[in-house]
Amino acid sequence: MWKWLHPYAKTERTYHLCQRLLPWFSVLGLAVIIVATVWGLAFAPTDYQQSEAYRIIYVHVPSAVLSKSLYSAMALAAIIGLVWQIKTSFMAMIALAPIGATVTFVSLITGAAWGKPMWGTWWEWDARLTSQLILLFLFLGVISLYKAFEDKQQAGKAAGVMAIVGVINLPIIHYSVQWWNTLHQGATIMKLGKPSMPPEMLWPLLLSILGWALVSGAIFLLRMQNEILQREIRRPWVVALANKSSTLSEGK
Amino acid sequence: MAALMAILKRDLALAYRQRAELMQPMLFFILVISLFPLAVGPEPKTLQLIGPGVIWVAAILSSLLGLERLFRDDFQDGSLEQLMLSSTSLPAAALIKVVAHWLTSILPLIILSPLLALFLHLSEPMYWALLKTLLLGTPLLSLIGAIAVGLTVGLNRGGVLLALLLLPVFIPLLIFATSAVESASMQLQYSAQLAIIGAMFLFSLALAPFAIAYALRVSQT
Repeated sequence: MWKWLHPYAKTERTYHLCQRLLPWFSVLGLAVIIVATVWGLAFAPTDYQQSEAYRIIYVHVPSAVLSKSLYSAMALAAIIGLVWQIKTSFMAMIALAPIGATVTFVSLITGAAWGKPMWGTWWEWDARLTSQLILLFLFLGVISLYKAFEDKQQAGKAAGVMAIVGVINLPIIHYSVQWWNTLHQGATIMKLGKPSMPPEMLWPLLLSILGWALVSGAIFLLRMQNEILQREIRRPWVVALANKSSTLSEGK
Repeated sequence: MAALMAILKRDLALAYRQRAELMQPMLFFILVISLFPLAVGPEPKTLQLIGPGVIWVAAILSSLLGLERLFRDDFQDGSLEQLMLSSTSLPAAALIKVVAHWLTSILPLIILSPLLALFLHLSEPMYWALLKTLLLGTPLLSLIGAIAVGLTVGLNRGGVLLALLLLPVFIPLLIFATSAVESASMQLQYSAQLAIIGAMFLFSLALAPFAIAYALRVSQT
């Protein structure tokens, strides 16, 4: 298995891999998101209890699902980088972090917007909301630690350690917050439990999760390419690439 | 082993000679806690309600203040580098330094805590629960905190960054500790919370020294 993975420790190979994958992710992702959003917002049946307001689910749930997967992906990249000393892996980690932070932020905002008509408040110290907020702080911590270092190689390692500390903590935070919430709230307000969904509602939801994942993948590929170019700016292949694209644009 | 004892002795001696600096987190701890009755009113019932949370939050904040001292001076005068080059195992040395730090800058806070419990009108069972959570939980603060201190020691302005990195990680501890005291205030069992804090402590005791050692190596390059 390592035989095919190893060449990608070289940034040039990874750059070209990203280049090849990018159109797939971006075109497919956009297409799926458009289909899922239109289906979800316009054609899915109305909820009998929450009426039209429930439709924000098609934005809220994909972002919430992705936020945790992106954190795990980031921590996984950090572990690979720290264990096998692969530089590219740290680049992947730091390319993922802002996407994760943004997605988490979106899930918080849409959650608040959904909370207003359903629970009557913008913010409720509900277990899920709280753990999502903490997740956002963890993302921001990793990003700001990375930014604080001048030497990016060192920055990657340091941020990687912090990402791993966070990922060990994540389940503890999740359960502690849940437990805290049930302790403090005698009478629970309407919970965001998992109602069994009819398939007409479920399909667009699954599709939009897929679409969000693909688009996040596309953004990740772009950010990864940028990161590689920035870090390897003095390498001959980057210089050659820059010269090629500049002669191309002059030739127009 | 002799080398580790020497490190412990040296750190304790150094701390004793810098008493003024050690006092700062303690004063901060007392000050923050005395701000709360002024801010929310002197009603004993309210104070009792928020007391455990306030004491724990203040303990976390003042331990953050003290944490920076953990490796800073040794990093700046080069003795940390010597420690890495020596034959002593770095994780063990880091653990000893954390122990010395806990003894010198956290233990005084715990010793002060009965006074603060009086300030906030905590009842006696609440105070005993608070003491137990502090004794079990603050070593966890030092251990996890030392990882982040190790990572940021090479940066000139680590202070706020340290808080940003550590506060989210400390949230579970805060939740379990304050809920233990809350249970105690209602005359309920709180051994479950203590057990979880103890488990987190042992887990970090096993792993954190290696993470601290790695963090220090990253900072030294």
